[in-house]
Order: sequence, then C-alpha cells, then structure tokens
Amino acid sequence: MRNYEIETMPRSELEKLQSERLVNQVKRMYERVECFRNRMDEKGLKPEDVKGIEDLHKLPFAYKSDLRDYYPYGLFAEPLENIRRVHASSGTTGKRIVVGYTDNDLDMWANCIARMLEGVGITKNDIFQVSFGYGLFTGGFGLHAGVEKIGATVIPMSSGNTALQIQTMIDFKATAICCTPSYAMYLGEEIEKMGVKDQLSLKVGIFGAEPWSENMRREIEDKLGIKAYDIYGLSEILGPGVSCECEYQCGMHVWEDHFIPEIIDPETLEVLPHGEWGELVFTTITKEGFPLIRYRTRDICSLNYEKCKCGRTHVRMRKPSGRSDDMLIIRGVNVFPSQIEEVLLSLDGGNITPNYLIKVDRINNTDTFELDVEMSESMFTDDVKSISKVEKEITEKLRSALGLGVKVHLVNPKSIPRSEGKAKRVLDLRKL
Amino acid sequence: MIVEQISIFVENKMGRLLAISEILAKNNIDISALSLADTEDYGVLRMLVSDPHKAKEVLNQNGIICKVTEVLAVAIDDRPGGFYNSLKILTDNHVDIKYMYACISHEKGKAIMVLRVDDVNGANKLIHDNVKDIVDPSEIYRLSAK
Ligand SMILES: [Zn+2]
Repeated sequence: MRNYEIETMPRSELEKLQSERLVNQVKRMYERVECFRNRMDEKGLKPEDVKGIEDLHKLPFAYKSDLRDYYPYGLFAEPLENIRRVHASSGTTGKRIVVGYTDNDLDMWANCIARMLEGVGITKNDIFQVSFGYGLFTGGFGLHAGVEKIGATVIPMSSGNTALQIQTMIDFKATAICCTPSYAMYLGEEIEKMGVKDQLSLKVGIFGAEPWSENMRREIEDKLGIKAYDIYGLSEILGPGVSCECEYQCGMHVWEDHFIPEIIDPETLEVLPHGEWGELVFTTITKEGFPLIRYRTRDICSLNYEKCKCGRTHVRMRKPSGRSDDMLIIRGVNVFPSQIEEVLLSLDGGNITPNYLIKVDRINNTDTFELDVEMSESMFTDDVKSISKVEKEITEKLRSALGLGVKVHLVNPKSIPRSEGKAKRVLDLRKL
Repeated sequence: MIVEQISIFVENKMGRLLAISEILAKNNIDISALSLADTEDYGVLRMLVSDPHKAKEVLNQNGIICKVTEVLAVAIDDRPGGFYNSLKILTDNHVDIKYMYACISHEKGKAIMVLRVDDVNGANKLIHDNVKDIVDPSEIYRLSAK
C-alpha cells in the first residue's frame, strides 16, 4: 500500500482528520469564494458553526450550474498565479466548465491515482499505456501523473488511431493500459480480428469515465487477457481517481482523507443512512485551487462502510448507475431504474439484464406500478407453474429491494419499444 | 412412445396465437395436436408438429420463445378402460403427470393421449412392459417418433 497509515486508518481517526480539514476548508472558502459565502449567509451560517463532520449536513449544496454561472474563474479559491493547470469539459448542456489546480492539488491527484495503481499491483517495472485523451479532458494528464508518481514507464499514447494503439502496445510491451471501457471493448474486438492477442504483454487495465457493466468487464478481461479495474472521478471534484477499485474488485474506495461522500435523497435533500441508494454528494477537504462543498454529482449510488478485505478502511462506493434525474417517486417511495436492473440481473445468473419497462399511472388517486420484463429462453420452462414462479420471484425481490409492491408481466422478447437502440425504460402516465 | 413436442411462451394478447400459426403455416409445419395452459397474463402453448426443431428455429427467428421437450404419447383404443390401464400403471408406480392433453386420431375410434412426466423413458418402459394390446400411435397417426 502506498500510504498504509492513511489507507487503513481506523474510522474514528479518519473522521477526526476529516473534521479538522473540513473546518479549515469552510473557513478558507468563506473568506475566498463569494458564491459559498453568499449561500452560508442566506442560511445564517458562520464558519464557526462548523465544528466537525457532524455539521456537514447543515452546509449549503453546490451545483453544476454554479460552474457555469461563475465561469471561468469565479469559484477559484486561489489567485491565478498559484494555479498551475486548468482542465475543462464541454458539459452536456452546452456551456463549458473550467477547473483549476495548484501544485499541491496536482500532487494530491497524482497520489490518489498512485494509491490505486499500487493497490492493483502496478510497480515501477510496469509499462503503462495511457490511452485516455490528453488535453482539456482530465483523463490523460491525470493518469499520466499517477503513473509517473509510482515510477512506472509511461507511454503517453492518448486516444484514437486503433491500429497504432495496438502496434504500440505490442512493440513497447505495455503491461498496463487505461482508457474508456467502450474503447477497451473496441480494442479487444480489433485484437481478436487481427489474431494478435498472444503478442500482448498486458496484465492490468484501468477503465472509467463512462458507465460499464459487469458483463462488459468480463468481456474486456477475456478479450485482452487482463484484470480490469474501475476508476471513478469527475473533473469538478478532481478528475479520475476520486475513487477506485482495489485488487478485490468489490466497490471503489473513496479517498476519504481528501473527499467526503454523502448519499442524499434528491427530493427531500436529507442525508440517507449508510447503504441506501441515493444521490452522491462530494465535499473536497484538501483541494486548494477549486474546492467544492457538498457538490451534487447527480450520480446515483450507495456507500459501503464495512472494512474491505484489502485492509483499507476508506468507504467503498458502488458503481454509479443512473442519474438522480431518472428517479421516480411511486406512492411516496423513491425508485431508481438501476435498482430494478440489479434485481433483474440476478435472475439470469448475472449475465444479462432483460429488457424491461416501468409503467406508472395514477388511478383513483393511487399510483399504479407495473413492470414488463422481456422473457428469455433461460427463464422459460414448459409449464405454467414455473413461469408463475419466475414472476413471483421478481415481484418478491423487487418488494424487498424497493419496499414497494409491483405487478410484474412477462412479455415476449423484443416487444418493448426501443428508441435508438436503447430501450425506453419508463412510461409515466401520471398527470401531476 | 416418446415424441417431441414444442412448448411456446404466449402473451395473452390479441393475435398472438394467430401470429404463431401463421409462422408455422408459412413454413409448411403441420400441427397434429395442441393444448394451451394459461393464466391471466400469459400461457404456454404445447403442440405436436411435423418438425419440432424446424418449428423452434422459425419461431425463434420471429422473436418467439419456445422449447422442445420429450413427452409420452399413448394410443387409446375405443373400448372401456382403454386409457385406464395405462394411467393406472403410471399412478401405481408414482409417476407424476404434470399435464396431459388429447390428440384426435384420423382412424375412427382411436385417440392419442400426450403426457408430460419427469422421467419419460421410465414411463414409456412401464407402459410397454405392462399394458397388453399396446397400440403404437405412429400406426394410427403420423407422429415423428424420437
Ligand atoms: Zn479494498
């Protein structure tokens, strides 16, 4: 482990460290960031009201729109002479956002990634092909610095030009690679077509920056002959490396000495108990250049505070699935399509998620909740009783996962309408 | 006699049965017997057809889920106790019959019963060894024996 003492720190000590850092960060930001100061004032809060992480829930949220409203430098907490680098992203809704890093921030970032790389067995003897894009996007430079930090050899390949990518990893004997999971799939398919898998030296891959499934993981691992690990991050908070998997591939450790995650109910904005699904919120407690307090990621996930088999105490986040904007409220209960997907995935031995359609309506002032699930060959047996059993099993599993009754219908394959290849998941007929 | 039947998942929607029979007809597949077990939402259509594997292939191509399973076909003579003897042998030997349906024979006075059991080979042997005057269904109706 790179920072053994920190990475395995007992929870109580870790929380003490977080509290100290949070108190300082709040004070510093109140002095330096106008947007934050105004929001605190609106709530009648002073920095002295924050004594530790137990007060975190009182603090105002930060939003993606803040980054646009204060574009380009309005949220920076350091003068530009101390900002060593900026990264930017186009943002899905048009206007760009920009973030900045001081020397300390860049060092912390590289260290977060270095922790991960060591955690999955990468050493200075490795040759690491960075196939994330280099540029305003945080992926390329982010991973690059982490690889240098542990002393491995970097191939700064950047993205694109598949033939050259494959030639490079063969010629330069790359032992590790990072890129987006969809590009890894594509590389794997091309390598298969070219029949050069046995010329590869790859053993580890680190993938992130877009959603991917367990099924994809297995395919990538198989096609490239590697172990594939998930990395999570967002440029508003840091870039890749906010959290990542360890060798056990059982959730992504959030580096809690730098980032405090919370899960909130996106409707009531209350903090949810450990283990519940909700919107992920991050507070940066060591960032200097571009700090954020209670930033709403819109990502839906859950946190697992149990100590990991690897010995690390830092909380593990589930792979985010879906956005809080996708949330449905049915009979007062929050429902995320991702929860339904998880139940359905468990039916077919975890191989594929059957296509489904959530149908919600309001009849006589009561919400109706129905779920169409496309039947598959492996779910079908020739007697009615067993099919009823499948139907019942889905119903029961959903009831315990959601705390909500649902009427399940098994339907023919390919009978659920698809829009542009992706199935339409929700049909909400309520006129609210 | 052991024969192969095709079982098809059917949503209870207008026109589903029509669509299935149309696909089979277009592919020159002959239906000799059928039964439908259904609930409010869906059913399972079971059929004896001239070529069950081809039927599965063409139905799958049309996005219809089905399975080919082995069942027992027992021919019955039109006389008192014709079916009783066969059924008794199975019951006495604790063979659990999941379902059965009848198939009308072309030959006057004869019928065929189709039975779904767990151990189709064992059940077939029981009937063969114990029932006198066993009638081979293939003689009275064109069934493709397994
Ligand atoms: Zn771990």
